[in-house]
Amino acid sequence: MIEIINLTKKYGKFTALDSLNLTIEKGTVFGFVGQNGAGKSTTFSILATLLSPTSGTAYINGYNISKEPKQVRSQIGYMPDFFGVYDQLKTVEYLDFYGASYGLSQNERQKLIPQLLELVNLSHKQDSYVDVLSRGMKQRLCLARSLIHDPEVLILDEPASGLDPRARVEMREILKELKHMGKTILISSHILPELAEMCDTIGIIDQGRLVAEGSVSDIQQRLKGEKLIIVKLYGGVDKAIRFFEDQHLVSKLTKRDDGATLEFLFQGNAKEQVGLLKAALMQDIAIISFSEMETNLEDVFMEITKGVELS
Amino acid sequence: MRNLFLNPVMNKEFKLRFRSFKSFLGLAFYLLALTILIVGFIYLQTQNSPMGLFRPDQSREMFMLLAFIQLGLILFITPGLTAGVISGEREKQTLNILLTTNQSSTSIIMGKLVSSISFLLLMIIASMPIYSIVFLFGGISPGQVLLILIFYIFTILVFGSIGIFFSTIVRRTIIAMVSTYGVALFLIGGTAFLFTISMAVNSMGAMPANNPVAYFFAMLNPGFILFGFLEPNAFNELSNQIGFGIDVPLWAAYLVSYSIIFIIMIVVSIRKLRPNMKVKSEA
Repeated sequence: MIEIINLTKKYGKFTALDSLNLTIEKGTVFGFVGQNGAGKSTTFSILATLLSPTSGTAYINGYNISKEPKQVRSQIGYMPDFFGVYDQLKTVEYLDFYGASYGLSQNERQKLIPQLLELVNLSHKQDSYVDVLSRGMKQRLCLARSLIHDPEVLILDEPASGLDPRARVEMREILKELKHMGKTILISSHILPELAEMCDTIGIIDQGRLVAEGSVSDIQQRLKGEKLIIVKLYGGVDKAIRFFEDQHLVSKLTKRDDGATLEFLFQGNAKEQVGLLKAALMQDIAIISFSEMETNLEDVFMEITKGVELS
Repeated sequence: MRNLFLNPVMNKEFKLRFRSFKSFLGLAFYLLALTILIVGFIYLQTQNSPMGLFRPDQSREMFMLLAFIQLGLILFITPGLTAGVISGEREKQTLNILLTTNQSSTSIIMGKLVSSISFLLLMIIASMPIYSIVFLFGGISPGQVLLILIFYIFTILVFGSIGIFFSTIVRRTIIAMVSTYGVALFLIGGTAFLFTISMAVNSMGAMPANNPVAYFFAMLNPGFILFGFLEPNAFNELSNQIGFGIDVPLWAAYLVSYSIIFIIMIVVSIRKLRPNMKVKSEA
């Protein structure tokens, strides 16, 4: 479990993190979304005991990051957004070094390392030097490294950044496996759809402040009250335009270039949406299809972060 | 204590440092250069001698030459070996990961120090059989050789700790290296220059008798200490002539002052390696 209380980090007059409050329950996969420089990596660095907060604190499995950093380190597996590897070490030696750094005995390491390599699909590369591994393989190796001491909490800063689509899918599958293993995972990305698939909850951070938190659908619902409705017509377009323009819950009505499709924003709930369709049909408007367009997650993200800037 | 010196960082560094063939090639070249120097020295001396002899006093001169060459090597190489060990990890983006492990800061710093100077220690120990050639001709006792070996190891550790210190507190390797070489230059050249100045001032009679300033600069200079080991009477005579006002042997003052430098450098490095997580505003 992770508990963040009024966490603030300032660099001179610049506030990188502004009174962040967050609770992540055990076994939850929490996605931290934000633009570059929003404060994600700062939060992660503080949680990983690599950066001291200006004020506030955080607890990881009950251990205070300020007062018990050593205990915190044994609870977390940390993967930074940018990391290097020791090129002249072999894959097995790389993991063995970190295993020893966490105080695991040689027997434990010998037992664990093949299992971890299997988990991240790198068993066939166990005797390869780390510098010959691809970017995706290095990311997976780093993930295996963060698991070597079997931490309950994983802090993964942009684990899929810079990966090709196949490597992203592989990374996603590994994270799903870790979720099944009951790990509490805090994962960041600046790409919202990337997280939406694998996270139970997401938090959107902007300019050091948490501006939204909840499930992906919750956030969409809460922050996007308007739905985009697409209506395809079989003639009678002018009549349809007049009808929809008269409806008080409809706004920003436009006609598409094909001349037979209308789109508009609708502010009502599901019942009112049904009523709108019924009323249109009662007016003999020739509707071929009446559909609600899926809200683009990127649009939601842009909308939320724009709101913060305006406020 | 065993864990402190046989830690994962040290094992890993040994693996990285001694895995490459280049390390052993470098060692072979160094030993070859030393051998050429000794053979060349002996050859020249015997050629210049009317009877073709190599006398014990010449053997002693050769040993002194070798000792100073090796000291120069130590003082030149140690900053280069140590000033990048922490900042280099930071630049390679491996430090953050290392700092989130359970290894203590003390273990990381000591592991880095010992492993980074290990190659130099290996070079010195490997060159000992070559040094031993002097025993064939006399002029130097085994005790003196052992004493100088201990002096080398101690000096390497202190200069290494200065390198580690700058590597820890300075983010960039190049700046850490320049700073370490700067301090090393002061301890070698700066103290020698200041010693000479203070001696000159003393000899002019401008300062009161028994002025310890020259002694203070001499005790910080590794070259003077080595010279003191090789020519024990030289400083005693100098002290009698000028009057340092301090009876403590120069090597003892060196041992104490450099031990203090070593402890300060290591303690500060250990404390600065990881951030202090305590919230300042709480106070």
